[in-house]
Amino acid sequence: MENLLEAKNLSKEYFKTTGFFSRTRTSIKALDNISVNIKKGITLAVVGESGSGKSTLAKSLIRLIELDKGSIIFKNKNMRKINGDDLKTTRKNIQMIFQDPYASLNPRMKIIKIMEEPLQIHGIGDSVTQYSKILSMIKRVGLVEEDLSKYPHQFSGGQRQRIGIARALILEPELVICDEPVSALDVSVQAQIIQLLKSLQKEFGLTYLFITHDLRIVRHIANEVIVMKDGKLIEQGKTDIIFRKPKNKYTKELLASIPGNLSKRK
Amino acid sequence: MKNSILEINNLKVFPNNNSRLKLVKNISLSIKKGKTTCIVGESGSGKSLTALSVMQLLSSQLNMSGSILFEGVNLVNLTKEEIRIRRGKDIAMIFQEPMTSLNPVLTIGYQIEEAIKVHENFLKVELNKRVEELLNIVGIPIDRINSYPDELSGGQRQRVMIAMAISCSPKLLIADEPTTALDVTVQAQILNLLNDLKLKFKMTMLFITHDFGVVEDIADDVAVMYQGEIVEKGTVLNVLKKPKHPYTKALLDCVPDSQGKKDLKPIDYSALKRAMG
Repeated sequence: MENLLEAKNLSKEYFKTTGFFSRTRTSIKALDNISVNIKKGITLAVVGESGSGKSTLAKSLIRLIELDKGSIIFKNKNMRKINGDDLKTTRKNIQMIFQDPYASLNPRMKIIKIMEEPLQIHGIGDSVTQYSKILSMIKRVGLVEEDLSKYPHQFSGGQRQRIGIARALILEPELVICDEPVSALDVSVQAQIIQLLKSLQKEFGLTYLFITHDLRIVRHIANEVIVMKDGKLIEQGKTDIIFRKPKNKYTKELLASIPGNLSKRK
Repeated sequence: MKNSILEINNLKVFPNNNSRLKLVKNISLSIKKGKTTCIVGESGSGKSLTALSVMQLLSSQLNMSGSILFEGVNLVNLTKEEIRIRRGKDIAMIFQEPMTSLNPVLTIGYQIEEAIKVHENFLKVELNKRVEELLNIVGIPIDRINSYPDELSGGQRQRVMIAMAISCSPKLLIADEPTTALDVTVQAQILNLLNDLKLKFKMTMLFITHDFGVVEDIADDVAVMYQGEIVEKGTVLNVLKKPKHPYTKALLDCVPDSQGKKDLKPIDYSALKRAMG
């Protein structure tokens, strides 16, 4: 299968100064020489505990964070070398869905404005075609036309996440990075959003990089998994194989920690 | 019932300014001594309000009716001072957010001490000994006694909260989603710790969660809440494996199981409404 994105030897170090007088600098390796390939049309899940570097990885792929080392090739373009217009069109192709649907929508903007903005930035269509595009997308994620003239606070958490998804998909990206898109949602809403993401993937042929700490969801949505710990890549492979025959000790521990597996832990 | 430690009878919770709007609608629940009872439900189902009613910690905007019998004593009829003496000593509570429930400008040692001092008249030496003993029980190294909450990880902060809660050996521990904000591996550790404590100190637990996986790990009895009502209660095996109520079935269908294998089915609320009549 064709690789949509190839990342090689990604490294990122953060520095922290501790102590008032001593000024000792300690470094944290958020990404420690990580290489990942994302195949076209699949869902790749990234799992790990908080602080394992999952989100740093995601943000570095769209250059929201500048890396120290490594190369990212997306559709034959080196993401770390391109600038200006090239970067803009590439970013249009990689969109992101965020964890907190309460924090990721501007509270002062009506939904129509939130949806229009990406189209205007990238200069897609005139106001008439933009509106019809927005309308069909908002309906696709399960909202109605009247919702376009409302503000984010008038929606529930699940509905806001639907708006976040619609905003990401309006630019017709190929790769969508989902950073814990359901972990802030209620269980029953989680199932709705996961189903929506799955059906959208089928319809638009999307590729997902799905970041999560909930391994139970991984098995539902992902074809492949990478396990991260302390900025290092611990294990990677097909979801089914990782779940059935984990090789690494940490992966085994992680799997045994899934709630409902108490008997396996003791 | 003879072996129950807590009995909630016809509990209703409603806002002061609108007594017709019932947030908790007439629920009754008895909690058996030495067992863990889980209340499961979505957000807004009234789980936390039920717990806060037991602690008599409802917001001043809310009012309640019904009776809450703790070892035969109706907590609702007690004065503020009488309930204050029981709170922490007889019934203790831990909350979801260990970050926001600890005071950021006091050391954890001081905060645990404070919890003990409210109820016990210890000398300084005894107090120190008890704090060290508690840190030991919850698995925090003694040298962290002078650490501030921000110097600890989320899991350690929850351990501190647990240490405070068990400091006066409460008979009933109420835990309101104590592991929801934690990583899976840490969650597993905290659940194990709570289970051990329950057995060691013969504590009764009322555990609130929305996660059926957690229920499977920790519960003896389960009550499922939906829109302010208990729609089903029973032993963990009966409720999880042989759910009777349509809502319990729907809720079980929409959460991933521990294997993560079965298909997820979002709750169809209109079908549910029809099924419930």
